[in-house]
Amino acid sequence: MENDVMVRVQNVTMKFNGATEKIDSIKEYIIKLFKRSLHFQLFNALTNVSFEVRKGEVLGLVGLNGSGKSTMLKIISGIMKPTEGTAEIYGSLSPLIELGAGFDPDLTGRENIFLNGSLLGYSKEFMESIYDEIVSFAELENFIDVQIKNYSSGMQARLGFAIATVVKPQILICDEVLAVGDYKFQKKCEERIQELMSGETTVILVSHSIEQIRKLCDRVVWLEKGNVRMIGPCEEVCDAYEKE
Amino acid sequence: MRAIFETFLRYRYLLYNLITRDLKVKYRRSVLGILWSLLNPIMLMLILSAVFSRIFRSGTEYFPVYLILGQTLFSFFNGATSSALFSVVGASALIKKIYVPKYIFPLEKIMFEFVNLLFSLVAAFLMIIIFGVPFSWTMLMFPIPLIAMLIFVIGLGMFLASLCVFFRDIQYLYSVILVAWTYLTPLFYPIEMLEGSWIYWIIKYQPLTCFITYFRNVVIYNTLPTLELNLLCFGYALFALIFGFWFFKKNQDKFILHI
Repeated sequence: MENDVMVRVQNVTMKFNGATEKIDSIKEYIIKLFKRSLHFQLFNALTNVSFEVRKGEVLGLVGLNGSGKSTMLKIISGIMKPTEGTAEIYGSLSPLIELGAGFDPDLTGRENIFLNGSLLGYSKEFMESIYDEIVSFAELENFIDVQIKNYSSGMQARLGFAIATVVKPQILICDEVLAVGDYKFQKKCEERIQELMSGETTVILVSHSIEQIRKLCDRVVWLEKGNVRMIGPCEEVCDAYEKE
Repeated sequence: MRAIFETFLRYRYLLYNLITRDLKVKYRRSVLGILWSLLNPIMLMLILSAVFSRIFRSGTEYFPVYLILGQTLFSFFNGATSSALFSVVGASALIKKIYVPKYIFPLEKIMFEFVNLLFSLVAAFLMIIIFGVPFSWTMLMFPIPLIAMLIFVIGLGMFLASLCVFFRDIQYLYSVILVAWTYLTPLFYPIEMLEGSWIYWIIKYQPLTCFITYFRNVVIYNTLPTLELNLLCFGYALFALIFGFWFFKKNQDKFILHI
């Protein structure tokens, strides 16, 4: 059993300082230094959070705005280092945090596919082998040599989604990006996500839609002001969360 | 150490893609394209030599070539450090959303400028032929000062990039420093002019003078660099690299909180 843990979050605490005033110039720094007001107000985004996600499990994260869900996802995907504690992942990880984050508007669709793939750490040979699949999934065959800045926002989102999900990652992180584009493509997205979730992939999902969580998740972590309020089977936590 | 090397291997294709992206974006919309990298230093050289060959009659041999070599190397230094300075802050949208080793960003900007430098050196090479600088075997040593300079610039660039995350106004300060540095480097005057003055020693031993002198000595003047000059060049390069990486590594986890 111990071997199938894919994500292990242990006693994670994340502190942000200077949330009230951000100093980012030498001038301000020196002025503050002389006025002796260089105090940093600590703000805990997460306090002592621990949980584990097992292989093939779909874990939901729920909570109000500012409860630390996005911070948690950023820590798991390695974008942030926690102040205390550790977050370990065992396997390849694909973040679906923001689609098309690495797109360059001046490059064509084709060039952006390769650029985006390399941002995810894929090699050239690998990108060449999955290139056709990405293009056909995004349904952009006729526009692939057009600069991205001439794409509609729906087309950009489709391309982003296709790149992020073409590879079956071992761990998938979703921050409310389950559906993009017109209703036809939305359906296609949902099918793709369902397909990933029913397979071997471990998923961590953040959503404000409690119906979506109920439909997809096995277990749910409820965060409140950076603390774990409740953790357990989906129905139980969702019921308690909705009563609140 | 091994882990660092492995991530670098994994992301080398990203580095390559980012550099070609910058090249494409830079040259896609201009008619003359890559030729600008050649024309720019030649035009600058013409202007500078028209002005300064009247002022400094001290008889520097092959003065136009002397100018273009110094100018090309310095503009690489100028461009690479300035764009490295802003590289991490400029990539903030990406850094916030996806995990990528952060040193990729300054490194990419510097390598991009280095590729431009190589194009510009083609122009310098043309001038060497046109002005009839005699061929000598020391010319083949020209990559040595370039590599030392590249290492120095990478170190300095990493330091500046991380500093800029915490203090944005460093960019204004640095542009002033760059102007001072231009005048404290013998680009358009022969350094011997200043002999006897205290500032001579500063100019002679500052890193950029070392790299540029090394480069000119082997390319134009058929002179083997002294041991002292070799030690200075590689000493500066290694010091900058180690300090730059150390400073970057120490601070990189805090970047996300400030961008």
